[in-house]
Amino acid sequence: MIELEGLTKRYGEKLAVNNLTFTVRPGLITGFLGPNGAGKSTTMRMVLGLDHPTRGDVRIDGRHYDRLKDPLKYVGALLDAKAVHGGRTALNHLLCLAQSNGIARSRVHEVLDTVGLTSVARKKTKGFSLGMGQRLGIAAALLGDPRILMFDEPVNGLDPEGIHWIRTLMKSLAAQGRTVFVSSHLMSEMALTADHLVVIGQGRLLADTSMAEFIRQNARSYVRIRTPQREQLLDVLHEAGVTVVESGSGALEVDGDKAELIGELAARHRIVLHELSTQQASLEEAFMQLTAQVVEYHAHTDTLVDTWSRQVPRREWGADWKKGS
Amino acid sequence: MAATQVIRSEWTKIRSVASTVWTLSLALVVTVALGMLISALTRSEFDRMGPAAQVSLDPTYTSFAGMSLGQLAVIVFGVLVVSNEYSTGMIRTSLAAVPQRGAFMFGKIAVAAALALVVGMVTSFLSFFLGQAMLGPHRAWIGDPGVLRAVIGGGLYMTLIAMFSMGVAAMLRSPMLSLGILMPFFFLISNILGNVSATKKIGRFLPDQAGSKIMQVLPRAGDDTPYGPWGGLGIMALWVVAALIGGYVLLKRRDA
Repeated sequence: MIELEGLTKRYGEKLAVNNLTFTVRPGLITGFLGPNGAGKSTTMRMVLGLDHPTRGDVRIDGRHYDRLKDPLKYVGALLDAKAVHGGRTALNHLLCLAQSNGIARSRVHEVLDTVGLTSVARKKTKGFSLGMGQRLGIAAALLGDPRILMFDEPVNGLDPEGIHWIRTLMKSLAAQGRTVFVSSHLMSEMALTADHLVVIGQGRLLADTSMAEFIRQNARSYVRIRTPQREQLLDVLHEAGVTVVESGSGALEVDGDKAELIGELAARHRIVLHELSTQQASLEEAFMQLTAQVVEYHAHTDTLVDTWSRQVPRREWGADWKKGS
Repeated sequence: MAATQVIRSEWTKIRSVASTVWTLSLALVVTVALGMLISALTRSEFDRMGPAAQVSLDPTYTSFAGMSLGQLAVIVFGVLVVSNEYSTGMIRTSLAAVPQRGAFMFGKIAVAAALALVVGMVTSFLSFFLGQAMLGPHRAWIGDPGVLRAVIGGGLYMTLIAMFSMGVAAMLRSPMLSLGILMPFFFLISNILGNVSATKKIGRFLPDQAGSKIMQVLPRAGDDTPYGPWGGLGIMALWVVAALIGGYVLLKRRDA
């Protein structure tokens, strides 16, 4: 269990982490989601006592990280897979970490085996590929057989096989009742792994909810309409005070759950409909809606967009996002 | 016991990187070889030296002439032991494993200093015996008054130089910045300050100027240094303590 209480980190004028309060619970994979620069890595560094909080507190099973005896036995973390001395062999890298926490040498060989690095154990790590480096970082995290695991963007730059391996590993760790806290800037990745979601943007907590609840609350639903009597329908909807957006493929879109209303209006005015369907926006979109207003390097800095009563066509959000990240 | 765990871990770290081996072996080879060379030259030039120079010849100190160059390799050793952690990012992994920063730094410095002490003693004794062999008829003996103290002092001097470098590197973190300050300081600036009459009174309190006094057996002509061999080493040790405290305070306060 990791408990954050009012955790705040200020770098000069900039608040990197702003008053974060949430709890990461055991037996679940908690996804820590936010755009690049949202403060995820800073938060994780404060959990490990690497960065000192400006205000607030973070505790591991009720204690500060530096009060843990042999902390690798409580928390295993992969923050930066490149944070190794390239001139040292994988075996010696893990051995020095094991010795510092009184972990048996045999455990080093076990974790090397778990991550599939036994054959390169005596090779210097500077020759390792990104995927091998990531596996070594995970081996270090698993070394103390900890109840809490923390991974910062573990799938970044990995090939599909590596991504699949990490997903499976995290799921099995959570299934063993461990606390798994994993950050990502990709909603799609979280959707496949996380049970619980903590979303931050510009250092602030935006959501702390189960995955299912997050989708239910944030996914926008809209009604898609196709009709050969386009002009007539537009007039009718306009009279009824319904705002319509034209989508790319000649269809019309209406925000919200208004399928019944539109169907009845169309019937009353004898307008033929070829399609009247309620659509759910994707998870990625739900995430973007939530964070768009706080994305730090927003493409449209001159127009502060209120995403909850948005007036811009839907496709724009993706475009924004790509530029912004 | 946490302290022994950290020490074992730091020993694994220090023995598993190539820079440890090459910096320390370079320190040994350069110090001994240069000491032998200067001793041999002194012997061949002895008859052409003036009588005053002949009388004041300090054969022990002559055999340590390689120390001025060899200490640069010791500085590189001390700097790399600490700053490697920062330049590779390993510091975050290390501090996550040992969050008690005082214990982490103490363990690292204890291990590196112990290794420097062993290499320093070997270097010092080799420099003395091989240097004296080169000096031939003008040689000193290990049993002569003050000689054993000077030879043991040579090993201590190298250890303290390594520790001072570790403290400075802990403050500055960057290996390039640390070396860029320490190398010219010990190779040039300190020597100039210690030998120019205008700055001599201050210069002789610099760590290497004060510390090297321990390796002298015969005082130089006109030497009015206000401290003895152990006093000099004590002054050097104070510099080391100051550098280590500075390094510790910054390590404690800074984000890793």
